[in-house]
Amino acid sequence: MIICITARAGGMDAQAEQRFARAPYFTFVNTETGASESIENPLIDASGGVGPRAVQMLSDRGVTVVITGHVGGNAARALAAGGFKAFAYPGSGSVADALAAYNAGNLQPISLA
Amino acid sequence: MIRLAVISGKGGTGKTMVAAALADIGGVPQVLADCDVDAANLALLLDPRRLTTEEFRGLEVGRIDHDLCSDCGICADRCRFGAIVHRDDAWVVDTLHCEGCGVCAYVCPMGAIEMVPHVCGEIYTSETDLGNLAHARLFPGSGNSGLLVVEVKKRAVALSEGADLMLADGPPGIGCPLIATVSGMNAVLIVTEPGIAALHDLERLVTVCRRFEVQIFVVINRFDLADDICRDIEEFCAKEDLTLAGKIPFDPVVVEAVRAGEPVTRRESRATDALHGIRDRLYSDLGLI
Amino acid sequence: MKIAIASGKGGTGKSTVAANLAWVLARSRDIVLVDCDVEEPNLHLYFPAEETDVPVTALVPEIDFERCNFCGECGKFCRFGALAVVKDTVLTFPYLCHSCGGCALVCPRGAIKEVPRTIGKVSCSRPLPRLVLITGVLNEGEVLAPSVIKAAKMFAEGHPLIMYDASPGIACPVIDTLEGSDYCLLVTESTPFGLHDLRLAAGVAEELGIPAGVVINRSDGKDEETVAFCREHDLPILATIPFSREIASIQNRGGLIARDLPGWEERFAALSDAILEVGP
Repeated sequence: MIICITARAGGMDAQAEQRFARAPYFTFVNTETGASESIENPLIDASGGVGPRAVQMLSDRGVTVVITGHVGGNAARALAAGGFKAFAYPGSGSVADALAAYNAGNLQPISLA
Repeated sequence: MIRLAVISGKGGTGKTMVAAALADIGGVPQVLADCDVDAANLALLLDPRRLTTEEFRGLEVGRIDHDLCSDCGICADRCRFGAIVHRDDAWVVDTLHCEGCGVCAYVCPMGAIEMVPHVCGEIYTSETDLGNLAHARLFPGSGNSGLLVVEVKKRAVALSEGADLMLADGPPGIGCPLIATVSGMNAVLIVTEPGIAALHDLERLVTVCRRFEVQIFVVINRFDLADDICRDIEEFCAKEDLTLAGKIPFDPVVVEAVRAGEPVTRRESRATDALHGIRDRLYSDLGLI
Repeated sequence: MKIAIASGKGGTGKSTVAANLAWVLARSRDIVLVDCDVEEPNLHLYFPAEETDVPVTALVPEIDFERCNFCGECGKFCRFGALAVVKDTVLTFPYLCHSCGGCALVCPRGAIKEVPRTIGKVSCSRPLPRLVLITGVLNEGEVLAPSVIKAAKMFAEGHPLIMYDASPGIACPVIDTLEGSDYCLLVTESTPFGLHDLRLAAGVAEELGIPAGVVINRSDGKDEETVAFCREHDLPILATIPFSREIASIQNRGGLIARDLPGWEERFAALSDAILEVGP
């Protein structure tokens, strides 16, 4: 399973980001191998419609779980259609903290309806 | 932090005057945002000291490399916006009309067109005696004022440390910039006036605001200029369950204050008294006081 | 001749000046008045009459799922996020679509057809024997104001005398309104806000190469700065309308001072003469 965590910068120690499609970075964690990879969000300065575009990008990368703060309406619809699960990490900790909170079952699912 | 936008639907109802007055007498730690990027006037009343200036890049626009262009004109045929024109014997992109879709770059058989960022405004942060201010200027004829509003709000958040309130002066209308302003707000204060045009616009504006989870407050400015229409507005507010935060009388002191470049609440006047009442009602409903 | 009425700032009285001018002109000639303030069209309030509506549509993608293989090219191409290919479905977000046609162009399977979707309407009426009113109306929550403006202007095309009432501001809808005009009348009020925004609007007219003149509305007699600005920029001041409770009261109720207040028909006639003189 591949989890995507929205982040302010690259790497597991970077601070998690509350925005979804306009997050500066996406960090991907493969739960089978434990491998992680961060990419700069190419959509950060895009003019509009970033929600659906971000979801397609994550879908292409095989992501099935998203950990972020807030998800906009368009992104929510796209996430729901793609069968994603989204969880809210309301804290200001790191990507690693957010992942740990998810693994411990402490995160609330974000309603995508 | 509570986020409050002052909006109006119809222009010229006194939105900026009310926003500046609330900023002046609010009495809560605040950050200010001028989201009327087309005609940014809030700064004229706040005597800002500029902290930063940034370029605003809106959408990308096409750029044609004339060394590669074979003059075939396929890009112009395919452009739905009429943004590729033949000028001085060469195809060029008219940036006033380019929507940044990228079709021209896709169809060009010579690979002569690339999409490049286009500067279409400036974003400023300033400090004022009443709090930090994020504002902007859109270059004439540029699109994407909605995106620029998003950027202004982002700067305001970055400047908001210690603030309990973000107070935004919004744009007129109900289109893209207004939607960008209202999105993410906790409450809107609609400034209207007793005129059939303003009432008509108020109805459309409320329809748009209903799509967002915002508390809606209404202020009737210059309410005594047409008592009968003022009553129609009050009836509309009651029917739509909108909170009427107060009414401001017509008062020549308002124009005097604007001319002097300061919030009207610096002067004793009937309008000032009314604005204090509005502030008390609004801020207590929002839990700010 | 095509006359555009504009103002950087909202609420300077642009629409009431347009309505009064149109009423005066329609006394002696045929005129088409086009309300291009499609987000908040108000001119019909001054000219109530039976309207005929024509929908304004924009093309949006429709996916043929028999052909689509979910390759994702359309979603990658669309810069507006109007399509997203996620797993084995394609989502469309029609209100984000700018109708550029790119998705249909890039689809390798020919699986995208463009279909019209209503985003607003154009209403036409004949409130006076010699006045046709054309109103562009953008549906609430839609963003493609320029498409509705262009549609409204198209309905008026070909008439010898057309007047466009622009939206406030200086962004794309105003450009779309001003384009093709022979003259631009800028309505301002003599406050620092009015002047600040007049400066912007005059800049737009200049950039488009359209000659312009100024009406100072709601004047309290302290117009010195505005007058100086106009002199400096070679903008003739064609009329000054004072603030009075009487005028405000008539206009707030949808009245026309040219019709309802003695002396104003002549003043608006003089204004229209001054504008028509500039015509081609």
